[in-house]
Amino acid sequence: MRVAVVGAGQTKFDEHWEKSLRDLSTEAGALALKDARIDGKHIQSLYIGNMSAGRFIGQEHLAALAVDQAGLIPIPATRCEAACASSALAFREAYFSILSGQYDIVMAAGSEKMTDLKGTDAIATLMGAGDQEWESAIGLTFVSLYALMARRHMEKYGTTREQMAMVSVNNHRNGALNELAQFPKEITIEQVLKSPLISDPLRLLDCSPITDGATAVILVSERVAKRFENPIWILGSGQASDTLALHHRKSLTELLSTKVASKKAYEQAGLKPKDIDIAEVHDCFSINEIIAIEDLGFCEKGKGGKFVEDGKIARDAEKPINPTGGLKSIGHPVGATGIRQISDIVKQLRGDYGKLQVNGAKIGLALNIGGSGATGVVNIFGRDKPK
Amino acid sequence: MPYKSSVPLFWRLKKSKYNLIGTKCNTCDKVFFPKRNLCPNCRRRGNLDDFQFSGKGKIVSHTIIRVPPEGFEKYAPYAAAIIELDEGARISGQIVGDISKVETGKPVRAVFRKIYEDGSGGLIHYGMKWEMAE
Ligand SMILES: CC(C)(COP(=O)(O)OP(=O)(O)OC[C@H]1O[C@@H](n2cnc3c(N)ncnc32)[C@H](O)[C@@H]1OP(=O)(O)O)[C@@H](O)C(=O)NCCC(=O)NCCS
Ligand SMILES: [Zn+2]
Repeated sequence: MRVAVVGAGQTKFDEHWEKSLRDLSTEAGALALKDARIDGKHIQSLYIGNMSAGRFIGQEHLAALAVDQAGLIPIPATRCEAACASSALAFREAYFSILSGQYDIVMAAGSEKMTDLKGTDAIATLMGAGDQEWESAIGLTFVSLYALMARRHMEKYGTTREQMAMVSVNNHRNGALNELAQFPKEITIEQVLKSPLISDPLRLLDCSPITDGATAVILVSERVAKRFENPIWILGSGQASDTLALHHRKSLTELLSTKVASKKAYEQAGLKPKDIDIAEVHDCFSINEIIAIEDLGFCEKGKGGKFVEDGKIARDAEKPINPTGGLKSIGHPVGATGIRQISDIVKQLRGDYGKLQVNGAKIGLALNIGGSGATGVVNIFGRDKPK
Repeated sequence: MPYKSSVPLFWRLKKSKYNLIGTKCNTCDKVFFPKRNLCPNCRRRGNLDDFQFSGKGKIVSHTIIRVPPEGFEKYAPYAAAIIELDEGARISGQIVGDISKVETGKPVRAVFRKIYEDGSGGLIHYGMKWEMAE
């Protein structure tokens, strides 16, 4: 049994003062349905990823709320949470619900409303995904956790400040073409290196921003896929876990969850890293894209900085990474990001993604990471139906 | 913010937070901080006892936090590090003293300090910070 994605929708990622979480979720769902050209009444179940609406806006029980707002009562609705990887989990649950034979048409969605809180509150809320008793309690932030990884990577492998800046420059160059991005503008290496230090050695322009937004995709069974134009096939899906606290890891320069999840996904797909045409990877901070490039097997451990510096991740180069702008430029509404990445891979593989299109992309990979890497999810997609 | 104002939470963690007491597994000889009630290596075959750490260690990686989370505003900028304790476990902590001198590999020792207060007149939370040893 194979499962395909036949519709994808994303709201503009932004600081949305005039829209609530419920407005955004409904908007994304409607966009996905429109894209798939089906009516909402065909959706049999909903899985929604969200990290922390309880703390960001005081609202729990989100999945039922989403179904209520979308006029889809009484279909089952399930919320999934794994910090910034929440919606990749929702996607996998939707995938499994079809593989189980229970459903044929399912929606997977993601949403987050982060800007209703003031900055320092939002930062503390995000740290709910760290170890509350031993990381958050001493004043660590997510930027600082990745700063600790960045420092080790620089000391151990000679990764440079400039190489990290080049990640942000690449992603902003792509995001400048993306009208749904929060910061659709190009930046220079100098701008990154002069932006304010947030947590040494990471600066403002190494960091993904605080964002509101929602996303949705529609998954269908092989049986009904023929009724849709241009289905994009799931070739492999992997997920893995690691210690919640960064300090408990043996290595600060790799993410075990990425390595294990990608190995699983490659095996299922029968593919190797070199077969991947495009990848959406979790660049919550510039260093993490470098670590991801290595852990996904696109280059040797420790050579990720050089890979970026050699221009290999540009949209017209050998391994286009984050060709739609990445978390850096598009924004990072944490619970919505995993499905945003999948939605972008799907649109790329269909081959008609306007200005954002990477020519000839047939196989795409999405890597979504939760927290400092305690959850890693990799999904691989293909334009051609696998045998 | 429940995690910050919870008296029971601090009561529960006081042994580890104030005295650096963790656990040692007598089956695999590994030490853990903070305390665990199940050895992740041996699981049910594990045999755990309390274990007192000496409070000495060295810096594995470090940063200076300039944009802090809610509750830590008045302390920024402050230095934070991952510390490997001499006995083997790792912990995150703030480094006190001249933060421009923090370096990977430097030895540190635990000192008992105020971590933060819950507003004026609120709970004052104490715990371990780390001082660079000469
Ligand atoms: C980095 C961070 C601390 C900055 O927060 P801040 O100091 O409050 O900064 P602001 O959001 O006010 O942004 C400062 C300015 O930079 C701009 N800016 C922020 N990100 C930008 C970007 N990517 N590109 C261009 N400009 C950007 C803002 O628009 C703002 O401009 P203004 O002063 O003209 O309004 C915050 O965005 C953050 O914590 N990001 C990480 C989020 C996170 O941890 N996510 C989970 C990952 S695991
Ligand atoms: Zn043991």
